[in-house]
Amino acid sequence: MTNQERRELSVFACKVRMGIIDIVHNAKSGHPGGSLSGADMMTYLYNKEMRVRPEEPKWADRDRFVLSKGHTAPGLYATLANRGFFPVEDLRLTRTLGGYLQGHPNMNTTPGVDMSTGSLGQGVSVAAGMAKAAKYMKKDVNVYTLLGDGEIDEGEVWEAFMFAAHYALDNLCVIIDINGLQIDGRTKDVMDTGSISDKMKAFGFSVVEIDGHSFDDMEKAFAAFHACEGKPTAILMHTHKGKGVSFMEDSAAWHGAAPNDEQYEKAMSELRAQLAELEAAHE
Amino acid sequence: MSEIKKIATRESYGIALAELGAAHEDVVVLDADLSKSTKTDTFKKAFPDRHFNCGIAECNMAATAAGMAAMGLVPFFSSFAMFAAGRAFEQIRNSIGYPKLNVKIGATHGGISVGEDGASHQCCEDFALMRSIPGMVVLCPSDGVEAKAAVHAAYEHQGPVYMRFGRLALPVIHDEATFKFEIGKGEQLTDGSDVAIIATGLMVGEALKAAETLHEEGIHARVINMCSIKPLDEELVIEAAKACGKVVTCEEHSVIGGLGEAVAMTLAKNCPTKMRCVGVQDVFGSSGPAWPVLKKFGLSAENIVETVKSF
Repeated sequence: MTNQERRELSVFACKVRMGIIDIVHNAKSGHPGGSLSGADMMTYLYNKEMRVRPEEPKWADRDRFVLSKGHTAPGLYATLANRGFFPVEDLRLTRTLGGYLQGHPNMNTTPGVDMSTGSLGQGVSVAAGMAKAAKYMKKDVNVYTLLGDGEIDEGEVWEAFMFAAHYALDNLCVIIDINGLQIDGRTKDVMDTGSISDKMKAFGFSVVEIDGHSFDDMEKAFAAFHACEGKPTAILMHTHKGKGVSFMEDSAAWHGAAPNDEQYEKAMSELRAQLAELEAAHE
Repeated sequence: MSEIKKIATRESYGIALAELGAAHEDVVVLDADLSKSTKTDTFKKAFPDRHFNCGIAECNMAATAAGMAAMGLVPFFSSFAMFAAGRAFEQIRNSIGYPKLNVKIGATHGGISVGEDGASHQCCEDFALMRSIPGMVVLCPSDGVEAKAAVHAAYEHQGPVYMRFGRLALPVIHDEATFKFEIGKGEQLTDGSDVAIIATGLMVGEALKAAETLHEEGIHARVINMCSIKPLDEELVIEAAKACGKVVTCEEHSVIGGLGEAVAMTLAKNCPTKMRCVGVQDVFGSSGPAWPVLKKFGLSAENIVETVKSF
């Protein structure tokens, strides 16, 4: 990856983070923490990895993305908007009555959303179904799904993992955002997951562990996904919840809380400074 | 008189799936380790590459089917009603109903006629659960002919459909050559204006027997087969209530949330009518041979007759 590409992705990710903060501040509710931890991955997926057409969101041969951790809709919406699926200005309509940007993703109202999600654990089953369908239909379609590390408390995800390995879904890429926090505190304290890597290997996945804020790591991880045959891939990405906004980083309190006006200004000024720095580096 | 042909609605489900599979490449079938009982193995034998066993994991199966529908396939998934509608309720609600995905649910072994397996497997709540999901079609065929027709209609319908099939072999009451099925339409089986008996599934046969007994006593019952519990044929219900002034509903389901409540809601709004509900009276079932179990819980022609005469 060239410096130029890396910088462009960083600029995009910064804009996604600004969108996330805008959304939750406007809606006075929503989930900034996990949206911010996944922002770099969302950026990479929609700019480098997935075959999508923003001007033709229902293009039949597109790669699919299922946001299994649907509460991080602000991250998905800000990514889709900045990618051109719908106007960035509309992000402010998220969570408003009658709006097309619901609190959790709705595939029937929002261009670019491939599946309605929100109830944890279900998205990964849906993604596995899509991947199996693509194989049956002999379509060259990859399916990506993003889960939280708290989400894997749900038993259904392990049912889905078994299904994915049993049917050798090598067109399925399961990405787990390991930020170590869930609503009630540290995942270690709420429900210790143990070694996710060992578990995923035992469940028949090809496992790649990466820094979830490194685009270079992502490039390598997806290369491994494309090279892998006969089994599904799990990308375990280590992240910081709230990444990019100093006072939200690594705090469970910012899982599902909206910033007040003062906090909003502080968050936006930090992100504006990051953006200015990136753009200055470009010049 | 020639012997009456008997077949379980689940058998007809399997046959209809195989027919659909031959006609449509987009039909796929999922099962949760019960394909011999749900009869999806009939489809599996014909199309092994389109039958996906999900193991004993109904929640995953429901949401997996949703993913397949999102790709443009028409998945039918099957398990016993208890686990299809009960265990996987929230997956059906959130991953199939809310996104309006084109998934068909073939739930077998509904009601207490499961018999010996007992209350843990006797699902009397599936109509209630499925009716409560916006946009969900709920069908409960009364015999093999209707079951096959319902499966074909479910395929043609765009959107989620829940079909309940039974374990027991039941007498065939429809003529396959002339029978027409339409989602949202009921079927009047007998003429009469003393009482309307609106039944679904296995209870249609019991309602017909009850009508014969009542007829001998000079009470003329209008028996209506209501396979389509949702959408309900409101016109037919209102017409029958107006003509008879007295309505009895019959279902192999809890009296809470099923056909009886659907009819009551329609009548309360349009023409309040005296009515009674024959069904499972807010209790759990019990082990035993199917027909004695049905009788014990009041799901019999005798109890329909008594109920009709009681008010």
